[in-house]
Amino acid sequence: MILDWPTLLPLIFAGLMGVSILLYVILDGFDLGIGILFTGADDAEKDTMIAAIGPFWDANETWLVLAVGLLLVAFPVAHGVILTALYLPVFVLLLGLILRGVAFDFRAKVPVHRKGRWNMLFFAGSLLAALAQGYMLGIYVLGLQQGLPAMGFALLTAICLTAAYAAMGAAWLIYKTEGALQEKAVRWLRRALVLTVAGMGAVSLATPLASPRIFDKWFAWPQMALLAPLPVVSGLLFLWLWRISGKLPAEGDAHSLKPFIALALIFAAGFGGLAYSFYPYVVPERMTIWEAAAATDSLAFILIGTAFVLPVILGYTIYAYRVFGGKAVDLSYD
Amino acid sequence: MDPLLLSRIQFGANISFHILFPAITISLGWFLLFFKWRYNRTGDEAWMRAYFTWVKVFALSFALGVVSGVTMTFQFGTNWPGFMETVGNIAGPLLGYEVLTAFFLEAVFLGIMLFGFRKVSNRVHTLATFLVAFGTTMSAFWILALNSWMQTPAGFEMRDGVAYATDWWAVIFNPSFPYRLIHMLLASGLTAAFLVAGFSALRHLAGDRSESMWKALRTGIAVGAVLIPLQIFAGDQHGLNTLEHQPAKVAAMEANWETRSNVPLVLFALPDEAAKENRYELAIPNGASLILRHSASGVVPGLDQFEGEHPPVMPVFWAFRIMVGVGLAMLLFSWAGAFYLFRRGTLPKPLALVLVPMALSGWVGVLAGWYTTEIGRQPWLVTGVLKTADAVGPVAGGHVALTLAGYLALYAVLLVVYLGVLIHMALKAAREGDRSPSPASGDHAMSQPMQAGE
Repeated sequence: MILDWPTLLPLIFAGLMGVSILLYVILDGFDLGIGILFTGADDAEKDTMIAAIGPFWDANETWLVLAVGLLLVAFPVAHGVILTALYLPVFVLLLGLILRGVAFDFRAKVPVHRKGRWNMLFFAGSLLAALAQGYMLGIYVLGLQQGLPAMGFALLTAICLTAAYAAMGAAWLIYKTEGALQEKAVRWLRRALVLTVAGMGAVSLATPLASPRIFDKWFAWPQMALLAPLPVVSGLLFLWLWRISGKLPAEGDAHSLKPFIALALIFAAGFGGLAYSFYPYVVPERMTIWEAAAATDSLAFILIGTAFVLPVILGYTIYAYRVFGGKAVDLSYD
Repeated sequence: MDPLLLSRIQFGANISFHILFPAITISLGWFLLFFKWRYNRTGDEAWMRAYFTWVKVFALSFALGVVSGVTMTFQFGTNWPGFMETVGNIAGPLLGYEVLTAFFLEAVFLGIMLFGFRKVSNRVHTLATFLVAFGTTMSAFWILALNSWMQTPAGFEMRDGVAYATDWWAVIFNPSFPYRLIHMLLASGLTAAFLVAGFSALRHLAGDRSESMWKALRTGIAVGAVLIPLQIFAGDQHGLNTLEHQPAKVAAMEANWETRSNVPLVLFALPDEAAKENRYELAIPNGASLILRHSASGVVPGLDQFEGEHPPVMPVFWAFRIMVGVGLAMLLFSWAGAFYLFRRGTLPKPLALVLVPMALSGWVGVLAGWYTTEIGRQPWLVTGVLKTADAVGPVAGGHVALTLAGYLALYAVLLVVYLGVLIHMALKAAREGDRSPSPASGDHAMSQPMQAGE
């Protein structure tokens, strides 16, 4: 491989896109998860749960816009191929995101007797969005195949990702709440973890079987040895998470952020495995990142801006999380 | 079912719904900054109460803008893959810069602006308000740069059917961009001004005489009264710019079928494309020549010059007239309002009754204006570069029909709920009076100024 700009730029952008998808999945993962957990909470708890994500969800969702934006900017042809193939699931995703986004605001501003309706829609929208994302992931893993077996596999990934988001949501609640709700969140976390582990295991087994190319990439020497840390570390993190969550909530609120961090690391490991499986394709089996890349000039033009702006974005995002750090208190505009 | 037509309707529906909310938030952010600034300067709590009322409207509108905006980023790929394949090298970076320089700025500081008043210092809270307003305006900058480039492309070359940028400065500052940006920012200012005025008028009608209501009402009316003459001038300049670069659009706006001098200004007509003439025409002699060429004998290009290449006449002609009509109504009522409020210090009931529906006049004007310019660009998606028909994707018509029906139903419901919530908020404020807690009290530690000018 010659390291000139036309080779490097698509790589850089694939990396940036990967980072923003990962950040999206972790960050919007926890607020989607909290929406999914709405179904098991009473009215007072719902207000606290909303308060735990209120200042963040808008910015969290922006990582999705950046990820899709980067796909559109850096790989315009792939953007069209992928999104036309996923036409209906994308619609369901958007429907879900619209419903939960507006429900979030409407539930606090409509007359009190209508609040329940918007709580319901917040749950439904979050669930739909999570399922649609998992479904799209499944179809994408299989190289945008259609047909019943692909749909079956995609339904599996849909349930798995939804469970994982619920686990993220519960882990965030453990960090942001206290008392009865925190104890409830621990129980939610452990239940969601069981589902997540089962789902991730099934997906990990099914993926190499469903795609011979991915099978060859993983089960060859010496790649196998080099890749072994990904599943091993994920497994250990799961075990550790299971043990530590059994002792929560702990004295003086110790360890309350650890489940979230462990889950984020597991997400990163799983995501690393997926990224390795796909490389160098942006449309699996069909189009590499270099075939789909936009003109070098255009990529260079946007990279300059990105290099300056992205660190600033990360900086003020961290600042905002610090401003609203600590346990969630009821939201008020004043 | 024809996927092209359905995709066009779907995109039109999505972007029409979307633009309603940025049209409010782009300027409402600056209104909020003004309220905050007045509070900082005077220490008058009524300004802060106005802020708290309008920050809620902002949050609601912003949320609707975000979710409908996310939809837009997907639409390019799901329905118009040919657009990104052909001009992705240009559209991509402009959209990318919007996300990087605007979206994140708004979204992150929105949290601090909405919920951070007692968490950060007053100065940081004011800064967050400014950054949100600045972010929404930057967003408009990049989106209008892209839209203007689609109208009047510049700074690029075509190689193998794909556009490549040769001069980014020329791409961004393409010929119609400065006009369109100013026209849209003013339109947004008017939309927010009439929304603020109309909402306050509703509170007034419901018996609210609180100081925060008066402050918001005066601000809305004053901004509207100042901006509308500027907008009429900017719109005229924008029209002249369109005549230079997109004469077919102006010919359709004026329903002028043949190139000639002494073109009348058509006030009313039913343009008939088959017969190439206007029915039931009511016109002012020489009017269009005077406006467009500043001379009665000025020659104005007609639709005959653009046979088969001009936009549909009826929708462009009428959308333009609706926009102008809204502008004239805005002029009339904002000046009447300014006269009564600032000269007489009252708001007569008939005027309040008119101002309430005028709260949505900005929406009507913005939509009519966008229909004029977007339908007026047809049959092109990017003028001279890409036809709309060549950009549509391979998705089956049935699928598009299904999603279109879904979007329309959802948008209709959301619009009703949004307006319902606004009315509920206004009536509640009137019923309960200024009950929002005094900014200088509350449970939490805070560092707000207690005295004027502190």
